[in-house]
Amino acid sequence: MSRFGAWWAWAIFIIAALYMLVPLVATFQFSLQQNPTGEAYRYIFNDVKFFAGLGYSFLVAVITIVISLLIIVPTAYWVRLKLPRLRPFIEFMTLLPFVVPPIILVFGLIRSYGRPPLAITSLPHGSDVVLIGAYVVLSFPYMYRAVDAGLASLDVRSLTEAAQSMGSGWPRILLRVIFPNLRVAILSGAFLTLAIVVGEFTIASYLAPWSFAPYLSQLGVFKAWSAAAVSIISFMLTWAAMGILILASRGSAGRVQIAGAR
Amino acid sequence: MSFLTLTNIQKSFGTMVAVEDFNLSATKGEFVSFLGPSGCGKTTTLRMIAGFETPTSGTIVLDGGDITYRPPNKRNIGMVFQSYALFPNMTVAQNVGFGLRVRKRPADQIQKRVTELLELIHLPDKANQFPYQLSGGQQQRVALARALAFEPEVLLLDEPLSALDAKIRVSLRQEIRAIQRQLGITTVYVTHDQEEALSLSDRVVVMSRGRVEQIGTPFEIYNFPATRFVASFVGQLNALPATVVDAGSGRLTVGGQEIRVSARIDAPAGSAMSLALRPEMVSLGEGPEGSNRLAGTVADVDFLGAIVRMRIRLADAVIVALDVFNEPTLKLPAVGSSITISFPADGPLVMAPGSEAGSGTSAAA
Ligand SMILES: Nc1ncnc2c1ncn2[C@@H]1O[C@H](COP(=O)(O)OP(=O)(O)OP(=O)(O)O)[C@@H](O)[C@H]1O
Ligand SMILES: [Mg+2]
Repeated sequence: MSRFGAWWAWAIFIIAALYMLVPLVATFQFSLQQNPTGEAYRYIFNDVKFFAGLGYSFLVAVITIVISLLIIVPTAYWVRLKLPRLRPFIEFMTLLPFVVPPIILVFGLIRSYGRPPLAITSLPHGSDVVLIGAYVVLSFPYMYRAVDAGLASLDVRSLTEAAQSMGSGWPRILLRVIFPNLRVAILSGAFLTLAIVVGEFTIASYLAPWSFAPYLSQLGVFKAWSAAAVSIISFMLTWAAMGILILASRGSAGRVQIAGAR
Repeated sequence: MSFLTLTNIQKSFGTMVAVEDFNLSATKGEFVSFLGPSGCGKTTTLRMIAGFETPTSGTIVLDGGDITYRPPNKRNIGMVFQSYALFPNMTVAQNVGFGLRVRKRPADQIQKRVTELLELIHLPDKANQFPYQLSGGQQQRVALARALAFEPEVLLLDEPLSALDAKIRVSLRQEIRAIQRQLGITTVYVTHDQEEALSLSDRVVVMSRGRVEQIGTPFEIYNFPATRFVASFVGQLNALPATVVDAGSGRLTVGGQEIRVSARIDAPAGSAMSLALRPEMVSLGEGPEGSNRLAGTVADVDFLGAIVRMRIRLADAVIVALDVFNEPTLKLPAVGSSITISFPADGPLVMAPGSEAGSGTSAAA
């Protein structure tokens, strides 16, 4: 690359980095503005609603991840293996959650499940169930695409047939061959889902106003410094999750793409 | 006695007939190759033996039992894929032991067998490596060991060497054949490389457009091709336009010069035919008494190492390729010089013209 090209690459990199970092630094600075010793953070860590909201959102996220993995991994696998003609159709379906705005989705859900004959929200934990259902739908594009990209990097058909020719049945193929080779794809889909669920505001504020995002927004109204502090904390959590992802993928570096011939 | 028998196998995908009227019976320990151009149905037939496809009609019998509709994981057939298909998350030893773990063999037995096989493929020190740490040739050897570890009744290989470079291809194919002989395992080998098929096999099945063209030993396939397709697909071939002068006495003209063939001609005088002649059948000079002789000019001389291939122009569009062995005393004719070439009367096959079996291997360019 020419010296000029390298110069441009650096310039673009620095501008992009600033674009990301400046708001973060500003938020951090704002969180310390009222009290430089970290009063805003102390307030958060003494607030039971913070832990309750975060805990609830994490639990919902984990259940969402488990359900969508159980649905999506076998589906995406089967489509790649036996029904490749369905792939364009499924890819189209993954766009639907983007087409329907969350506010429409939540009203639709409340109208459908908030009154007879399907009054699920009035059952104990009913609104949790509806919320998780909505999140499985919302996270479907991310989870499907992550898993499908993982499958694309494997020679799914040959691996399956090799296992079959050696006498293996479907459970062993899925558990011993497919899942282990999708570890990184599954992790990245899971973390995307986690980020979406924990940060989702619209649906949560109608179905579970005690969860994390609505809590954060209420906090912003009357304790702006602490809201900034919570933002910083959630960034830390996200980065920690990314760190775990990178560590987990390191063990299998290079393994994912070498499934086929080289 | 037949060990693996395919009877009247047909396979259609929708309206597309991929394999038609396929019959084969292989004896125990036999090495059979399927040879043919791309899309002729080799893989489809192999996959029906493995159980990954179900025939539209016909039966497959293995060791006396009908396996036509048996699922692949109940067949006890080992398979090696072009793409190796090693499990990326498992070590070499775990890959090789997979079929034994499925069969719930005790751990010490598995370990013993894995060690045995890694020695067979000359990779005893790679047991704990992962596939991505091996070269392509090593990966394919591991795949072979994996397919043999559980002592299958049949070994299937689908173009196992096409992803490898030429040198390794030759050495690995010899290794495959040696191991196959040592174990005495019935083997079906799919390839579109005629040299591979001819050098490895006890018998070759030549296929074209879903049909069997000929089944025979490499010697039979090469020297007595049953159809025009086999003649042109296997080996190099001159396909020369010829005109019948007198069918009864086997006289024809090629490039305006008369020759005589011993092959039977089923066409009246004046009909256009095609003369199929292998380059190694043709010699420089007048040849022994009774040879067919043709005069022409040297169009080009191609030095290929062990042999020298020349192209001789008889008439405008009629060019004969011929091979001579390279030796220090060989006198190469100059390009453009006049020359006489000869071939015996029983050298060429005479075939109906047209429908050029265009396989790209025809030497007469
Ligand atoms: N699952 C399928 N659905 C539809 N058509 C198929 C399918 N599998 C194979 N075919 C068709 O059947 C024909 C034979 O295919 P096959 O893979 O057996 O060829 P091949 O001889 O192995 O060729 P190659 O040397 O290219 O591997 C081809 O025309 C192919 O398009
Ligand atoms: Mg094929």
